[in-house]
Amino acid sequence: MIYSLTEEQEMIQEVARRIAKEKIIPKRKELDENEIFPREILKEMAEADLFGIFIPETYGGLGFGTFETCLALEQIAWGCAGVATTYAASSLGAYPILLFGNQEQKQTYLPFIARGEKITAFGLTEANAGSDASAIQTTAINDGDYYVLNGAKQWITNAGEADIYTIIALTDKKKGVRGASAFILEKGDEGFFFGKKEKKMGIRASVTGSLIFEDCRIPKERLLGKEGMGFIIALRTLDYARPGVGILGVGLAQAALDESVKFAKQRKQFGQPIISFQAISHMLADMATEIEAARALTYAVCKYIDTNPKDFSKYAAMAKLFGSDIAMKATLNAVQILGGHGYMRDYPVEKMMRDAKILQIYEGTNQIQRNIIAQVLNKEYGKGQIK
Amino acid sequence: MKYIVCLKQVPETEGVKINPETGTLIREGVKSIINPYDLYALEAALQMKKQYGGEIIVLSMGPPQVEEALREAISYGADEAILLCDRAFAGADTLATSYTLAQAIKKIGNFDVIFCGKQAIDGETAQVGPELAQRLDIPYITYIRKIELKNNTLLVERLLDDGYQVVQINLPALLTVIKEIGEPPLPSIRGKMRAKKAKILLWTTQDIKADSEKIGLKGSATQVVKIFSPPSRGERQMLTGSLEQQARELKDKLMTIMGK
Repeated sequence: MIYSLTEEQEMIQEVARRIAKEKIIPKRKELDENEIFPREILKEMAEADLFGIFIPETYGGLGFGTFETCLALEQIAWGCAGVATTYAASSLGAYPILLFGNQEQKQTYLPFIARGEKITAFGLTEANAGSDASAIQTTAINDGDYYVLNGAKQWITNAGEADIYTIIALTDKKKGVRGASAFILEKGDEGFFFGKKEKKMGIRASVTGSLIFEDCRIPKERLLGKEGMGFIIALRTLDYARPGVGILGVGLAQAALDESVKFAKQRKQFGQPIISFQAISHMLADMATEIEAARALTYAVCKYIDTNPKDFSKYAAMAKLFGSDIAMKATLNAVQILGGHGYMRDYPVEKMMRDAKILQIYEGTNQIQRNIIAQVLNKEYGKGQIK
Repeated sequence: MKYIVCLKQVPETEGVKINPETGTLIREGVKSIINPYDLYALEAALQMKKQYGGEIIVLSMGPPQVEEALREAISYGADEAILLCDRAFAGADTLATSYTLAQAIKKIGNFDVIFCGKQAIDGETAQVGPELAQRLDIPYITYIRKIELKNNTLLVERLLDDGYQVVQINLPALLTVIKEIGEPPLPSIRGKMRAKKAKILLWTTQDIKADSEKIGLKGSATQVVKIFSPPSRGERQMLTGSLEQQARELKDKLMTIMGK
């Protein structure tokens, strides 16, 4: 479909597409099977300016927005959802600095992020704080010119591989969520360690692990915003990042559709290509329709975000929810259409199916997304905004 | 350092057909691309620029549409582009082409390294690079897979049939490059934005002070008399499937032929 992209948006799309086609697809199977972190590919992406899309020109970026970032992410996900997760997680870690950092913090970190010389990670989740993020226990105690962190973060994308981390920790335990604050940590900080690398079902080209803080002392200049703003920063960051998961789903689902149609056209059974059977062709038609709907929704949400609205949680949640759900469905159907071939690792669709599942879980499960949407609806109707 | 990369726009040879009656290429519907070996030449220049600094000028001869290929080269990281575009240049063989390119390079002046692809996939002559070096009276080495700058000379690896040679060469020099140099370059977003705005210099016969007797069809010592598709050489079969399956199938077929 024609989305009336500007010339520059088309360029971004093309650059990402070529990286996916020429650098990612030829290597994705190996990265998946051997669980390799895609250093080389990230370097290529950095050289192609893909890490600086949403970073202002003042800080060495290209000065575009969420929409342009999503256009690139969609193409990378079309190549490999594992590489795309690594890429997306790096913007997740950068958003808190971009949105809430002071001049000095932005100057210190953003140029490196824009050039892709340093990648980032975001640490909120803990062993006992998943969907209930307010249950975090990691503390950051104010000690004069320093904060001292203790605790652990779990299932953090890019753990150990990233250079810059945004961490949410409690500066005042008594205040609950209002006592949370956000900090910038650097790999190599005293008392900052990494736990074991997790073994995952899918997205194996991305690294997931834990962050451990043992009397980790960081200068007080690493505090983002003010004490007590931690949750506001975390939620706002997730609002910005969630459409990214939606578009990651769209890219992945598109790849599954491409494989399915290609196969269905050439695979012959009962003397004809299987695409001529309605059982198959209707599955393909549904996949294509849902992908286009998810793409249109996510593009619209991203464009809305780029107008700097006050609150867009509902729409961000919708994009994440729908894009990931249709990706799961499309990849399941792709395996079904390819049949025995699809189940074998010689074809890419079984990997796509394994990769898709996480999209319904990370950055807030799809159940949590529905909660967010419903809460906003409740509020909107309560205010009598809907006539 | 100043690098010059010569590149040629060619028809994508996959799917190129020859009109059996006229003996000419059927150009309709065939995409034009940068000669793949010239992309390796550009990659070599980009590698050198990254390591030692400097600027890359891409140079081509051809009709106005070649501007597109030069813009593509800028999106990969070239700094400047010059197109030698004049009706009088048309119909040139390698002799006339190398003369024309040499005149342009003399006008550019002060270069350190000229990079060419080892050959073009349409003409397949591999002559322009060496001829160009001869005309500029500079040393050249062909089939380069690795380049290193050392004490103001180049240390290069030249691929041979049974190994490779390490050759030291004085600057300025011309190198023809093979695909072992690295993967072809990819565009960057900034590169594409720059390519869109870049001014491509257009030079004519007068601009490069070329002798009209030495350019184009007039300056060509050779003429293409006839082009034809060779008749197919008997029956062929393509084997598909995994390497193992193919090997097994091949073995079975050979056994059958040998009557075993």
